Amino acid sequence: MAEKDNRHVTIKLTGIRKVYKIGGEELAALDGIDLSIHQGEFAALMGPSGSGKSTLMNILGCLDRPSTGSYMLDGEEVAGLSDDKLAITRNKKIGFVFQNFNLLSRISALDNVALPLVYAGVSKKDRLERAMQCLQAVGLSDRADHQPNELSGGQRQRVAIARALVNDPHIIMADEPTGNLDTKSTKDIMEIFEAMHEIGRTIILVTHEPEIAACASRQLLVRDGKITRDAGKGVVMDVI
Amino acid sequence: MSSKEAESFRLPPFTAKAHKFWLNDAKQCFIMAIIALKANKMRTFLTMLGIIIGVGAVIALVSVGMGVKSNVTNSISSLGSNMLIVSPGSSNRGGVRGAAGSMQTLKYDDAEAIKEKIKGIEYVSPTVSGSYQVVNGNMNWNTSVQGVTPELMSIRSLTVGYGSFITQSDMNKRQRVAVIGTTVATNLFGTENPVGKNIRINNQPFKVIGLLESKGQSSMGQDQDDMIYIPLTTAQERMLGITYVQSINVQVTNQEEMDQVQAEIETLLRQRHHILAGKDDDFNVRNLTSLMEAMSESTSMLTILLGCIAGISLVVGGIGIMNIMMVSVTERTREIGIRKALGATYDNIMLQFMIESMVIGIVGGIIGIVLGSGASQLIGKLGNFTTVITLLPILVSFFFSVGIGLFFGIYPARKAAKLDPIEALRYE
Repeated sequence: MAEKDNRHVTIKLTGIRKVYKIGGEELAALDGIDLSIHQGEFAALMGPSGSGKSTLMNILGCLDRPSTGSYMLDGEEVAGLSDDKLAITRNKKIGFVFQNFNLLSRISALDNVALPLVYAGVSKKDRLERAMQCLQAVGLSDRADHQPNELSGGQRQRVAIARALVNDPHIIMADEPTGNLDTKSTKDIMEIFEAMHEIGRTIILVTHEPEIAACASRQLLVRDGKITRDAGKGVVMDVI
Repeated sequence: MSSKEAESFRLPPFTAKAHKFWLNDAKQCFIMAIIALKANKMRTFLTMLGIIIGVGAVIALVSVGMGVKSNVTNSISSLGSNMLIVSPGSSNRGGVRGAAGSMQTLKYDDAEAIKEKIKGIEYVSPTVSGSYQVVNGNMNWNTSVQGVTPELMSIRSLTVGYGSFITQSDMNKRQRVAVIGTTVATNLFGTENPVGKNIRINNQPFKVIGLLESKGQSSMGQDQDDMIYIPLTTAQERMLGITYVQSINVQVTNQEEMDQVQAEIETLLRQRHHILAGKDDDFNVRNLTSLMEAMSESTSMLTILLGCIAGISLVVGGIGIMNIMMVSVTERTREIGIRKALGATYDNIMLQFMIESMVIGIVGGIIGIVLGSGASQLIGKLGNFTTVITLLPILVSFFFSVGIGLFFGIYPARKAAKLDPIEALRYE
């Protein structure tokens, strides 16, 4: 991966630990993670449940703070930020795609896509225009007025991807994006991720399915709070 | 997927402008609040009902209370709340003091002078009275006969049922005409219409020109219908044979000027009666203000009491808002998690829920005002009762309901805003 080293480092984790106190005992969910992810990389994060994969995902997504260690996101230290600063960071730099879509059920697809821009303080006209561009990109401009419950699972996930793109984030974090989808929709969604990767977006995808992880350009295996394997594209890792 | 298709994901770069949430998105929050409230119409309505009943009750009950107050004030006014009664003093001859009003110094001219020289006076009516046997055919009745001027009708708020009241021309001609109360009419005429008939008062023939409408008992227990009014001049010269008057009723225009007018009347009468400084008045001026004040104070207390009771229901309504907002926050934990993950800050979530509870307060308040005013009108119509709707209780209860929405929204909104996004997203 030497050829990537001269590219811009988007994420740099150094000595990240996350310790939970349960009763009197300390439990390290993450135990010294060092990780660099370059701009334009498509990284798959794998690992069995209880491995610390979700905790790492939450820290990478700025939803949680590490107990110790440094997290440089796009050149800025975010490990010690306040809740509100983290919220603003998520809003500006990270786009989320969740397993269960996490769309607001009472508003239209367009309004769902535009929601991050509401918190970014963008005017109504600008945010609807931008949201429409993103819906167009995922091929759902004709479903803009539909509410999420009027859309299929694959369509909902495409709305969620449009929402993740709307604020032009540095990273797209996808947590089991195909976990609730049928084979056909899974294929569609993965094609979208590949397409986004192709035009240079940084993607971090959490999955436990080796076939999904195989689409990524880099595969990371987390086990017992540590990254135990770091491999290139096409290698089907045996997770368990 | 080909590279060409991938190109469709090459969106134009987008840079959000700096955070300026408050101005831009209070409106957005408002829209979201309406959507959220519409999603649970029945629940929103029931929550609002607490505020609607609270505000409605405040307005209806306060208007009833103020109606009672104005009724009492009016009825005291009809007794003569703005009335000053000038009566002669007691005579004092050789150390023997006579009864109050036994002096003969108060003249019709005094009444005229008061009317002309003192400002702020509505009516002046001098009277004399006596008790006589009144006869119609084979029926007779003993009653009080008052010699009065036409102004008395206004002062006493008398209403003529049939015929007319005494006129100035009757006064000038010393006509033998009489206006009788209903008790007198019943006793002398039975069910017959007395107007136009002749009666004899103290053996002198009088023509009945008017029958008064019944006024019932006075607050002192006196039958106000057992009365005959005849012209003052007729009474003085044809019945009593006197030149003085026994009392002068003065109606003052504004209640606030009572004391001033009273003082001016005293000064004027002392001048006219040539009373030297240091000597006692030969007359008395009395008023009914203290009675009025006591009554008005007690009805104000009644209004405040009713308002407080209704206010309690408004607070209970506010607790209802808090209750529902708590449930709403729990139910929408996931929504809050999504919003936080997408970049909503503490203030954003706080504002969203505060606006939601305020909308309940505002809409409930407006409906409450409409219903409360309607109820007050209805009470007025059905109970044949005056209700007074003023702006003050409307404004107070409206802002109170908005305030209640705000106050009881704070706790649930804080609870929502403090949620941990990871926990909230995991919530099922």
